[in-house]
Amino acid sequence: MKVFLMYRDRDFDTQAVMPSNELLLTQDLELKTLFNAMSGGDSTISEVVRKALLMGADSLNTIQYRQNILKDCLKNASVVHSIYDIAVASITARKKHYYGIFTRYPDSVLRNALELMQVLVSLLIELKTIAETHIGAFDSEGFQAFFTMLMDNLSDEYLLGIRNHMEYLRSRKGVLISAGLGTGNKGVRYMLHRFQEEKRIWWKQLWQAIGKCFFIRKQIENIVRISERDESGARVLTELRNKGMNLVADALARSADHILGFLDTLRMETAFYVGCLNLHDLLVEIEEPVCFPLPLSAERRKLQCIELYDVCLSLIMRRKVVGNDLNLEGKDLVIITGANQGGKSTFLRSIGLSRLMMQCGMFVGARYFCSDVCAGVFTHYKREEDTAMNSGKLDEEISRMSDIADDIRPNSVLLFNESFAATNEREGSEIARQITCALMEKRVKVFFVTHQYEFARIFHEKKMDNVVFLRADRRQDGSRSFRLMENPPLETSFGEDLYHSVFTGSLSGKKAGNTTYGSLHP
Amino acid sequence: MALSILFENGCQHLATEPPVFFTDLNLDQVVDAITAQREEYDLKPYFYTALNTVDSIQYRHEIMQDIEKQDVLDRLKAFSKDMSSVRAHLAQADKLYYSRQKERWMLDAVSIYFNAVQKLSEDLLAADLKSRGLLAFRNFLKEHIESDQFTSFQSEARRLTDALNTIRYCMLINGSSIRISRYENEADYAAEVETTFERFKQGTVKNYMTSFPDYVDMNHVEAGILNVVARLYSDTFSDLSTYCSNLSRYIVETVSVFEHEVQFYIACLDYIAKFRQAELPFCYPQVSSDCKEILCNDGFDAALALKLIEKKLPVVCNSFYLKGRERIFVVTGPNQGGKTTFARTFGQLHYLASIGCPVPGRKAHLFLPDKIFTHFEKKETIHNLRGKLQDDLIRIHDILQQATLDSIVVMNEIFTSTTLKDALFLSKKIMERIISLDLLCICVTFMGELSSLSETTVSMTSMVVPESPSLRTFKVERMPANGLAYALSIAERYQVTYDHLMERIAP
Repeated sequence: MKVFLMYRDRDFDTQAVMPSNELLLTQDLELKTLFNAMSGGDSTISEVVRKALLMGADSLNTIQYRQNILKDCLKNASVVHSIYDIAVASITARKKHYYGIFTRYPDSVLRNALELMQVLVSLLIELKTIAETHIGAFDSEGFQAFFTMLMDNLSDEYLLGIRNHMEYLRSRKGVLISAGLGTGNKGVRYMLHRFQEEKRIWWKQLWQAIGKCFFIRKQIENIVRISERDESGARVLTELRNKGMNLVADALARSADHILGFLDTLRMETAFYVGCLNLHDLLVEIEEPVCFPLPLSAERRKLQCIELYDVCLSLIMRRKVVGNDLNLEGKDLVIITGANQGGKSTFLRSIGLSRLMMQCGMFVGARYFCSDVCAGVFTHYKREEDTAMNSGKLDEEISRMSDIADDIRPNSVLLFNESFAATNEREGSEIARQITCALMEKRVKVFFVTHQYEFARIFHEKKMDNVVFLRADRRQDGSRSFRLMENPPLETSFGEDLYHSVFTGSLSGKKAGNTTYGSLHP
Repeated sequence: MALSILFENGCQHLATEPPVFFTDLNLDQVVDAITAQREEYDLKPYFYTALNTVDSIQYRHEIMQDIEKQDVLDRLKAFSKDMSSVRAHLAQADKLYYSRQKERWMLDAVSIYFNAVQKLSEDLLAADLKSRGLLAFRNFLKEHIESDQFTSFQSEARRLTDALNTIRYCMLINGSSIRISRYENEADYAAEVETTFERFKQGTVKNYMTSFPDYVDMNHVEAGILNVVARLYSDTFSDLSTYCSNLSRYIVETVSVFEHEVQFYIACLDYIAKFRQAELPFCYPQVSSDCKEILCNDGFDAALALKLIEKKLPVVCNSFYLKGRERIFVVTGPNQGGKTTFARTFGQLHYLASIGCPVPGRKAHLFLPDKIFTHFEKKETIHNLRGKLQDDLIRIHDILQQATLDSIVVMNEIFTSTTLKDALFLSKKIMERIISLDLLCICVTFMGELSSLSETTVSMTSMVVPESPSLRTFKVERMPANGLAYALSIAERYQVTYDHLMERIAP
């Protein structure tokens, strides 16, 4: 019995090794905010969504598979929540019937296993009932298969068979064991057999009594009796019985573990969808649009979106934020320039987030989103600390770039945020240029937010078809729209604006000449 | 008398105590290392007993060379492992109380023995043997395993083991009684439970099996059950009893003697392997009982070398030879320069050769002495100098009394506890006696004068690193005892050698 709600043909691997850039990615894309929103305080969900987001799905096919399941979840939220609750209940049961290391004796193992099994079987029956009741309301291939699997595998007669075993194990009186002769003719290879006590019928009893009279020798011969006062004999007898029970106790305890394993997988896999439902609720509440993205092959280069926004920003702001509309086709390099606090970082984050969300089968924060998938998302952000130690900082940045180079593959996405600016512009641009050219030739999809005009200019002058320039838009009055437009780089950013904004508290006091500042280098 | 692979003409009297020179030559350490972990065989007497003919040494060399082949060595080791298992089984059988249990242990012991002997015979037939000793043993063994007694006992043991292994019985435990019956293919209930839950299998889960202590002995309940089982399968069990009562002296003496004696070779070869691994050579010496022209290339003190190997330190080898009338090495040189080690090496080589062992070195021609004498300084007792000198003299006197023309004497730092004048006088006197006896001798001394007493003495000097005389090379080489090597190295360093001066001094 397999859950298969994350993949069509395999379990979600909670032990999978996370990408080596996990911490950087989490930090740079503010993923903690997303995880917290999705988990709603449930540590299981938090863990599962973290893994699902960072690992991504393995194919377009799987993305589609999960999207369909998620659509079903959005339709039947309460049913999904109750499936998750059933799965969670198995953990509670396990904690209660935990086999402590000090109770490792067949009798107690068996007793614990029986109690646990009782609970687990009732959880399975609950699941089966849900399947029977709601199968009609679900359209996705995943849920159809899951419900059918439950109904097929948990037929009434099968459940009866289980109950039968448990009944027998609970009530057993005699124990029938077989053994072979081992070293020194001691008993080995113990095996337990099912022993049905014969119903005592009066004439049978009489017959046996008569038999005893005539064949008394035979009767005594094959029986070893332990006298009441023989304490060591009684101990041996208990041990012998335990040796037989050992096997069945082990079998039952392991079976209980397997059922737990099944329910645990169910818990992990539904946790992902419950997390998506939680996020959905939050975004709907602040009236942010969400959509199921249209993923394209990793070989493609396309980014078409309407109102693509930074989900984490709106979660923090608890309100609708500005989104961007783009329609890029065949671009390997996107260079983003423009005003400080003009929404460049937010845009970069929305690019990273939307790709991660799309690739694990989620909806994304946009009204419309269509993009190629990627082999992995990498970030290279300027670190704000140690501003004083410029050379050490560049060293650190380049070493991080070297780490990325170890892991990055063609068709990955690499998001640079003001990288290699820890030196003078000429050198920084040259480093950035060399790295970027190499990455492009290696078919890496590069998004580069930069203030370094020199760097942007080099690519701009080449007039390459596969390079596009976005610029943080600036309204005529100097205020930011936080929207990015396709525009060539400008030699200066709008730091002076920011200065005024901070020091004068308003933009209205600006000198008139400043408004034309941006048009010096069209 | 049983065939012996240590003594061609039957076992000679074995010494139970080590020879007196053992400690002086570090041979106690060597023998301890060789026999370590083989205490059960009590091998030391073989190492305490020197052989007195070249042929008896040759006899061992041949066998050692046969066994040295890795496949033969492995097979013999496997055989002795089986044999010690047989002994352990029999010892266990002896200790047990219930006869049905005893009998099974005996049956197992016998089965292991028969199989081991048969396997050994096959292995030896397959091996390319050249030694007289092993060829004779191989012939014996072949005949032995083909004998009716051997084959009938062996096949009966097999039959009984098979029969016992197929026995299976049921126990119905109810209240305080156990009803025992033959096993009638009842289904495995644990497997049934497992099958029921098969469909939930999610991967590996932990094991909930309780492990029970496994005692060798049986308790009375188990014995009671076994008795009933024996009744249920009475044919097999009565055959087993009959078989065990007919077993007597099935381990033939020749096999047990062989197994014991072969340990000597295995122990030596295992010991040598440690050195070969560290790329230190061992060789079969050419031994002579009349020629005193000895030779050794790259010899070393095995006891010291083993310690150095364990510490991963380099081992220095030394070569030496005596030609024509030369009989005596006089070893001089700086302290801690390897003189004593050199003397020990000389002694060890001769002793190890005399018991038929390979010796530490690349190549060796050695003399087979009738006796070896050593004179090493006894523990210092500073407050009694006179007594010590006297003691030294008495010991040397004894040695010279007992020594024959075929003896070897190793003297280390004699007469250190008296004045130089006295020491020189006494030493010269002693040396004259040794020279006149034509003894093979090595004498470590600080008195360079002794090296030129006669044409039979050879001077050897321990060497230093020329550039830094405080560093020892532990090399001992034929060199006049005038300290020139030492002086030359200093001259080199100060550029006052002939060549240097010729250049430096302006015309």
